[in-house]
Amino acid sequence: MITDVEPIITARFDQPDAHTIDGYERTGGYQALRQVLASWSPARVAEEIKDASLLGRGGAGFPAGVKWGFCPPGVWPRYLVVNGDESEPGTYKDRLLLERDPHQLIEGVLIASYAVGAAQAFIYIRGEMALAQERMAQALNDAYARGYIGKNILGSAFSIDVVMAWGAGAYIVGEETALIESLEGNRGMPRLKPPFFPAAKGLYMQPTIVNNVETLSNVPWIVRHGAAKFTALGAEASKGTRVFAVSGHVNKPGVYEVEFGVTTFRDIIMDPAYAGGIRDGNQLKCFIPGGASAPWFFEEHLDLPLEKGTVDRAGSMLGSGAIVVMDHTTDAVKACMAVVRFFAHESCGKCTPCREGTTWLERILRRILDGYGRPSDLDLLMDVADNISPGIAWPPKQTTICPLGPSAVSPLSSALGRFRGEFEAYIARAEAARAEQPVVLAGAHAHAHDHGHDHDHDHDHGGHH
Amino acid sequence: MARLTPENEILAREIIGRYPRPKSALIPLLHLAQEQDGYVTDDAMAHIAELVGVTSAEVLGTCSFYEMFKLHPCGRYVINVCTNIACMLCGGDELLHHAEETLGITAGATTPDGLFTIEAVECIAACTEAPALQVNYRYRYKVDNDAFDSLVDDLRAGRLNDEIPPHGTLARVRQHIPDDKRAFIVSPEEAAAAGEPAWMHAHETPSVEGGA
Amino acid sequence: MTDTSEAPPVDGVPVTIDGVEILAAKGELIIDAAERNGVYIPRFCYHPRMEPVGMCRMCIAEVDTGRGPALQPTCMLECTPGMVVHTDSEVTKKAQEGVLEFLLINHPLDCPVCDKGGECPLQDQAVSHGPGESRFVEEKRHKEKPIPVSDLVLLDRERCILCDRCTRFAKDVAGDPLIHFINRGNNTEVNTFPGEPFASYFSGNTVQICPVGALTSSDYRFKARPWDLEKTESTCTTCAVGCRVSIESSRNEVLRYQGVDIDPVNWGWLCDKGRYNLAALDSESRLRDPLVKGPGGAFEVARWSDALRAAANAIQAGLDAGGPGAVAFLGGARLTNESAYAFTKLAKGVIGTDHVDCQLADGMPAEAVLGLPKATIDDVCAPGGTVLLIGPDLKEELPVLFLRLRHAVLRDGVRLVQLTSVPNGCSSLASVVLQHRPGEAHEVVRALFADIPAGRDGGGVNPQALDQARALLRSAGDPTAILGRQSIAEGAEWVLDAATALLDAAPATRFLTAVRRGNTHGALDMGMAPGLLPGRATLAEGRDWFAPRWPTVPAAAGHDAVGILQAAAAGQIHTLVLLGADPLTDFPDRQLAARALSTVPNLVAVDLYITESVQHASVVLAAAGFGEIDGTTTNLEGRVSVLNQKVTPPGTARADWEIAAELALRLGSDLQVESVDDLRAEMAELAPSWAGVTDELLFSVDAADGVVLPLPTATATEPDAADADAAAAEGQSAAEGEAGESDADTPAATGPVRPGLVSFAGGEPLDPPALDAYSLRLIATRTLYDQGTFTQLTPSLAGLAPGTVLRVHAYDHDRLGVPSGTELRVKTPIGSVRAVVVTDPAVLRGTAVAVFNQPDVPLNELIDATQRVTDVRIEAGDR
Ligand SMILES: Cc1cc2nc3c(=O)[nH]c(=O)nc-3n(C[C@H](O)[C@H](O)[C@H](O)COP(=O)(O)O)c2cc1C
Ligand code: SF4
Ligand code: FES
Repeated sequence: MITDVEPIITARFDQPDAHTIDGYERTGGYQALRQVLASWSPARVAEEIKDASLLGRGGAGFPAGVKWGFCPPGVWPRYLVVNGDESEPGTYKDRLLLERDPHQLIEGVLIASYAVGAAQAFIYIRGEMALAQERMAQALNDAYARGYIGKNILGSAFSIDVVMAWGAGAYIVGEETALIESLEGNRGMPRLKPPFFPAAKGLYMQPTIVNNVETLSNVPWIVRHGAAKFTALGAEASKGTRVFAVSGHVNKPGVYEVEFGVTTFRDIIMDPAYAGGIRDGNQLKCFIPGGASAPWFFEEHLDLPLEKGTVDRAGSMLGSGAIVVMDHTTDAVKACMAVVRFFAHESCGKCTPCREGTTWLERILRRILDGYGRPSDLDLLMDVADNISPGIAWPPKQTTICPLGPSAVSPLSSALGRFRGEFEAYIARAEAARAEQPVVLAGAHAHAHDHGHDHDHDHDHGGHH
Repeated sequence: MARLTPENEILAREIIGRYPRPKSALIPLLHLAQEQDGYVTDDAMAHIAELVGVTSAEVLGTCSFYEMFKLHPCGRYVINVCTNIACMLCGGDELLHHAEETLGITAGATTPDGLFTIEAVECIAACTEAPALQVNYRYRYKVDNDAFDSLVDDLRAGRLNDEIPPHGTLARVRQHIPDDKRAFIVSPEEAAAAGEPAWMHAHETPSVEGGA
Repeated sequence: MTDTSEAPPVDGVPVTIDGVEILAAKGELIIDAAERNGVYIPRFCYHPRMEPVGMCRMCIAEVDTGRGPALQPTCMLECTPGMVVHTDSEVTKKAQEGVLEFLLINHPLDCPVCDKGGECPLQDQAVSHGPGESRFVEEKRHKEKPIPVSDLVLLDRERCILCDRCTRFAKDVAGDPLIHFINRGNNTEVNTFPGEPFASYFSGNTVQICPVGALTSSDYRFKARPWDLEKTESTCTTCAVGCRVSIESSRNEVLRYQGVDIDPVNWGWLCDKGRYNLAALDSESRLRDPLVKGPGGAFEVARWSDALRAAANAIQAGLDAGGPGAVAFLGGARLTNESAYAFTKLAKGVIGTDHVDCQLADGMPAEAVLGLPKATIDDVCAPGGTVLLIGPDLKEELPVLFLRLRHAVLRDGVRLVQLTSVPNGCSSLASVVLQHRPGEAHEVVRALFADIPAGRDGGGVNPQALDQARALLRSAGDPTAILGRQSIAEGAEWVLDAATALLDAAPATRFLTAVRRGNTHGALDMGMAPGLLPGRATLAEGRDWFAPRWPTVPAAAGHDAVGILQAAAAGQIHTLVLLGADPLTDFPDRQLAARALSTVPNLVAVDLYITESVQHASVVLAAAGFGEIDGTTTNLEGRVSVLNQKVTPPGTARADWEIAAELALRLGSDLQVESVDDLRAEMAELAPSWAGVTDELLFSVDAADGVVLPLPTATATEPDAADADAAAAEGQSAAEGEAGESDADTPAATGPVRPGLVSFAGGEPLDPPALDAYSLRLIATRTLYDQGTFTQLTPSLAGLAPGTVLRVHAYDHDRLGVPSGTELRVKTPIGSVRAVVVTDPAVLRGTAVAVFNQPDVPLNELIDATQRVTDVRIEAGDR
């Protein structure tokens, strides 16, 4: 269903000066903060957000209001951390929110900090987003200057510093405990949960609320308009609106804010109001419904609504709102490789199955693509995958600390499950070629063709001269 | 080469001052070092180690984890071509190939004149604008071969100097918290002793239950 | 692991492991609870002495906490009531085998040439559970073969499985995060920063805990295969901490020491000096046979009978010339307790001299070491406690005690107040550092507990720091103190005075005495100090007890080391016996030592090497060393533990106690001991502090961690097995009793009453020493590696002595008018040396800091052992 709801968080995207403090103030900016500081108790704010059933927009979809309530009582200080590390392939929304409406996020951060009793807030922005950092730095400076941040905000007792932090290129830092490690100046390697749930033991082992940029950008609107107005939008368990990026083989790739839970995949992929259908009149082959970690969907899933529960039950996830569409010309093995390679490259290296397993998967796929595949490789792929994510089920079971390792299994099981023939064809071609002209198995050397994904990082100074 | 310059050291101290614990400033400081020299030098790492009170090995441990930090000199312009799924579907690999041919180097390498480094990178959050690339982390969308060629020409000719600073510089606006506005930097130890933030009491019994 | 033998916990958590319900301790990890109950879960990253990180994933097992079984790392999860763990289910096994396969795909198959081969958990796992044939056909990861990460440790990154044990150890345990993970994901490796090696005093531990052969000791590479190794447990005697070690040998050659984990002492850790100095025992320079100086003045190898005769004659000559008072014994801290007893009996009980001192004026008087209310390491490190550190840099002198204290401070909330004249390796652990003028620690202690008297300034400490420390002490319970000498350029009086002041103000204070040399405590226990008899008895009180049991007893208290050397220099000592002592190197005052050695007519040495001092001897008796003899040793807590012989001594070298017995025979007296067991039996019978220490107790399972002396009174009288066990178990609490009196009421079998134990009396408070305006007061500290014999004869350690400069405050330096870093002449009234002088903001005005016993700057030329402090002048003119 296509509804014509007013956008909530992308409302200012067409306003050229929305990123400036004047532009923001002119369109109702910081009113929610004023309202809260004038007359709401922190508990009241938290209650309102809980009532709004605002689901986290970072991937896991956990209700923000509930999460805020998880800070153990009486433990201080607490911190608030904004996850602006957006790097899940296909995902493209947080960057826009940061670049085009930074004050909306800042206002959300201030209100959330007030609600949870945070002593300091950090906005962690992905390292590669130079413009977003620039806009945010300017926005913070301006907000300090006008008294929205800092000591005795707007004359109230509420005082807090909001600090911009930024990363340096590591997808895993999007995982909240890795983000915290990174914010502590460490290698961004996830912590094991339990015991390290950030709400209980986060930044500096203190209670810490980690929320996504989009999640917190909703907060000012909810405060101003009330939870009821928010829950009036959306479906059963998915309230409000959500921003989806539709990319790949569509006519109008783009970022669309739609009513959450009622719009279907067919609507958003095919309708002229949104992505406008498959390019060149081609056939749909498959699509990723929620970022690279999500198992792929096919034709038969098109009429599912963009609703968390429904998509979960169908065996995938809405994740970070990233829909990547592939048409029938797509080479499933190559597509699979692109995603598997990503996870192998981004593994933090902490867990053996992820560090070794994802790389092994990549190397087998590489071999198949390079014409050195063996028939036994397909079972081997699945067994290696099974050792990373036992049972290859959804939601994934894992032998690892975080879901990154198992995420590499999603594209593999999807592609191999549906398009096994394409893998077999590669292998058959290879076998045929070998029959004509025997070659020595040299899969490892083929690695050199892999466009520089061995990045400039082997800081090899082994010699100690 | 190069510890942080005196000016940058002042900046570094300001950045450190924003965090409850000095080590938290590590990534921003490494960016500062990279901004200064175009890459992160060993001396800069040792200097940063002194500033935040950790060993150089710990700084290297953090630094080498993150892709953006270069431990060797690279080009004035680092061109990151996205080859992840959305861009790949829309010609990212071909764009990379064209870039390699045009500049006469393979991904990971730097042109002999020290001007360009090409890298094949993972998703840069511009999926709807595929194929996309970044030059020193400034975006270029829907890049076809012609667009790439003119981009390179413009960079060579210095026509984009205003828009694209040399490699290492990210945001050209820095956050600055004026002393008179600063709330407080809360180290876990102090705040634990202080109990809940002072302002939490202020609303225990709110005077007006606005709109409830 | 000691954990495995622990008694079942009282308030247990019921969990089911593989169908069997067990009781886990509260907060116990599944992996430990399972192991305690006979189910060994494979692991690589988990180490019981470090925080779990759960990253190798080898220990994953299906755990059901009520929501269905899920794979969980058992090294991270604490047992909760009703938890069901399946370590043998299909899912668990498949997952574990998967992890193992992943670990092996990039691990080289070089087990046959790997030092770890044969004792490698990865190899063991692979053999028992691994896939037969590799499914991994791609090329393995390649890295440059072993690279030295330090002088002692090599790293083979190909073999590394990234378990984070070494890096965690370096950061969390040792506090030297000089090795680190670098790069990411599949490129991750362990390495150092370019040009900054893993220079940690504890680096060898990483070799021991590396679960594969990635880290190896440079001195052990390719030396042996584990299955050739024979092992025996013993106690390291390199310093007074007394770490438990396993001595591992092959074909009568000791090849390595490994730390053994005992709860009360070392937790499995060793310092590199203790771990690697085994080479010294095997050194070319080792004495294999006795030597007698020939007519030409050169040493000649002699038969034992001739050498013993010559030594006995030398002693007899001394007796003949001036009676017992003309014979003196120096040294003995290297001996076993049994040998120390034998030599005490020889000196005091046969010869009748009381000029005996096992310390070289670099420790503390016996009265303090033995007589202060004692604390154990565990007492000092008890969670939540407050510790006053008045003494040396533990990191340099008692390294594993430093590790224990570090853990206590960082993990167990122990608060440290440090009194020191110069910040050192312990200062970063301290809540407050009270930096005071040398020789005035006692003034600070007084200031801590009372108002500073008019005209004094509390040792010159910063008033704010003092207030902070006062507040901290006020809020704390009874403190424990670690007491020792921080500077060899000061006398020990100040330390004693500090103890007196502390006991005055806080009578419940207990002390861990930070003596440095291996068995100083044991030697003192055996009476190797003037005025003392075996078993912590004073000569005065013990004379009646020993007189009927020994041939003789000294008539009056004798000299300490300073007195002995002074008397020798004055021609009053005719025969001096050196028991592993090298006064020319180790005594603070080289000039006095040199005068004494060149004056004394007869010098006899019992030693392992020909040291500088031994060269002056006319007879040298070759002694057996560590690992070559049985016996016991006593650490700085007063903990007695067993030393085991692993190899035979080189050549004809003999146990020290045998030498003592042979000398006694030749002096006409039979010590009546045939074995170490005889000696121990006599010690238990005669030495009050040894009461109840039977072999039955010492060699019981419960005494595996040693026993702290004195034993609780009850067991001292009733040494039956059951009580003895209890005694061992309560070993630590023994020290909590009033050590001073506990044995006074022990009924003796016959004759005179067994004497009580010496107790610390303290003395009159001293005035702070005056300093003239042109001098700087010298602080002579120590580092782990110095010119000491063992270090210098260990090739891998010899080069690590760092050398020294003289560090002074900028204010004092400015007056010199030369740039920092200039070599200058440093003088005292008795001597002068040249040293590079540098400014250091950490140094107090009016002081100068340098390290003792380092190459090129012989501080012992400057120190006058008869003075309480050493004031130096730096001469800028003379270059
Ligand atoms: C491998 C991995 C990568 C992630 N990346 C991101 C990310 O880039 N941005 C984000 O907001 N959340 C990301 N998440 C989810 C975060 O861990 C966390 O759930 C989220 O930030 C919480 O915010 P929310 O509740 O507002 O969604 C990631 C999770 C995983 C496991
Ligand atoms: S699963 Fe992978 S990314 Fe996640 S913690 Fe483990 S190694 Fe790191
Ligand atoms: S031993 Fe538990 S994860 Fe390594």
